[in-house]
Amino acid sequence: MKVVICAGPPTSGKTTVLKQAARKLLAREHPLAYLKIDVQYADEDEMFSDQLGIPARKIYSGELCPDHCSVLVLGDAIRWAESEGADILLVESAGLCLRCAPYIERSLGIAVLEATSGMNLPRKIGAMLSLADLAAVTKIDLVSQAEKEVFRANIQEAAEIPVVETDALHGINIDPVVARIENMGHTTEPWVLRGNPPVSTCTICAGKKDIGWEKHFGIVRGLEFDLTYRGQ
Amino acid sequence: MDIQKITILGGTARDGSREPLASFELRMGDVASIVGPTGSGKTALINDIGMFANANTPTLRRVLINDEVPPASFREDPASNPIALITQHTSFLSDLPVQRFLGLHAKIRRSERPETIVEETLQFANQLTGEPIDVDSAMTELSGGQSRALLIADAVVIGNSPIILLDEIENAGIDRSRALALLGNYQKIFLFVTHDLHIALHSTYRLVMRGGAMQDLIVTAETESRMATRLDHLEKTMIHFRDRVRAGLPLSEDDLNTRLAQMPGVQP
Repeated sequence: MKVVICAGPPTSGKTTVLKQAARKLLAREHPLAYLKIDVQYADEDEMFSDQLGIPARKIYSGELCPDHCSVLVLGDAIRWAESEGADILLVESAGLCLRCAPYIERSLGIAVLEATSGMNLPRKIGAMLSLADLAAVTKIDLVSQAEKEVFRANIQEAAEIPVVETDALHGINIDPVVARIENMGHTTEPWVLRGNPPVSTCTICAGKKDIGWEKHFGIVRGLEFDLTYRGQ
Repeated sequence: MDIQKITILGGTARDGSREPLASFELRMGDVASIVGPTGSGKTALINDIGMFANANTPTLRRVLINDEVPPASFREDPASNPIALITQHTSFLSDLPVQRFLGLHAKIRRSERPETIVEETLQFANQLTGEPIDVDSAMTELSGGQSRALLIADAVVIGNSPIILLDEIENAGIDRSRALALLGNYQKIFLFVTHDLHIALHSTYRLVMRGGAMQDLIVTAETESRMATRLDHLEKTMIHFRDRVRAGLPLSEDDLNTRLAQMPGVQP
């Protein structure tokens, strides 16, 4: 099983990149499955099953952090994709907090960034980009070539990974993404998250809503001091 | 890489049939205009060229440089990309100040003289636009004409690209006669997508588009080049009267007669 994990800010074009890649992979007779992880609403799974006829499902993370939800369900999802006869599982993450990255060892991690976002976006999204194998830049038809070049340089300054500029909406330059999926190895066990999740065992996670570090215990920080342990 | 020529091999029209024009090539110093009605596939064609299409775009066209499939480095390393594409966008999305953005681009393009090249780019741009560009303003604050002028200047001076694709420069508020004259100082391949008579007739070739397909390559005839001067005169006459109307001034028939009599090649 090959696991492709696609992350990126909301509306950056993750679905479109995966859909165009899926079209080409299906044309080359690779059996696919698709999983969408989102917080509270998603209909992309219906699009993949209706338009491409592949097994597709979604999961809402709800109260859970979506990247943590992905860690919890991905094992089941890979086994589900296998039971559906798929060789490639496409996972689309919600991609919200920019601190975790959903990529696992031996998967293909694709960070999707839109060219229309600020020039400094690559510096702001941390692990989502630096732990990816490939950056796909979407909506390139909306920016000038000079901006594309500066954006690409900013990505490669944050992460030394290949950059593919694509107008996914029109299916332009999706081939390099497809080639990476075809040439990747199998995502063999043990399945382990590629990066470290943030330190986040805190009383807010446990449901305490009070504002101010002095109301909380565990690992806390203030505006004027860095992480410290408060408690027994 | 020393670019001598670019070849475009035809793919398929929108209806799936072969393009009537199987291929065309342009050599250093050639200027070509891509003409055709709106929706005929002009922009798709220069996008294909800008992406070095290799039967991997919806048109299935292929682009060769010096008779060979271009190396992947053209797409992967901006500094070695020989093509600059200036799209119809008249606004930047970059939030950086002009000076800083151009400096960054010069650095990426590995310019050997990063200090003077930004200045030269701004000078070039300011010749194309009515309102001089403030180097400290954000790129997003530039007007449509300023943005387009800066894009052209950036491609020619900082990019120093041997092949330049320009999508409808006449639509932005830049002086297209001056643009043509300025660009003429550089030995490059220029491809204009245009609806403009002046630009089309000052080109070496006219590539005709219809239904998403390349139909024909017309070599601008000597008679057409001669006509260009007179048609320019007519256009200037039109602009003169349009400007008077815009300025709230009355028009005079004598004025029109005088101007028409001054048309080059007219017998008194």
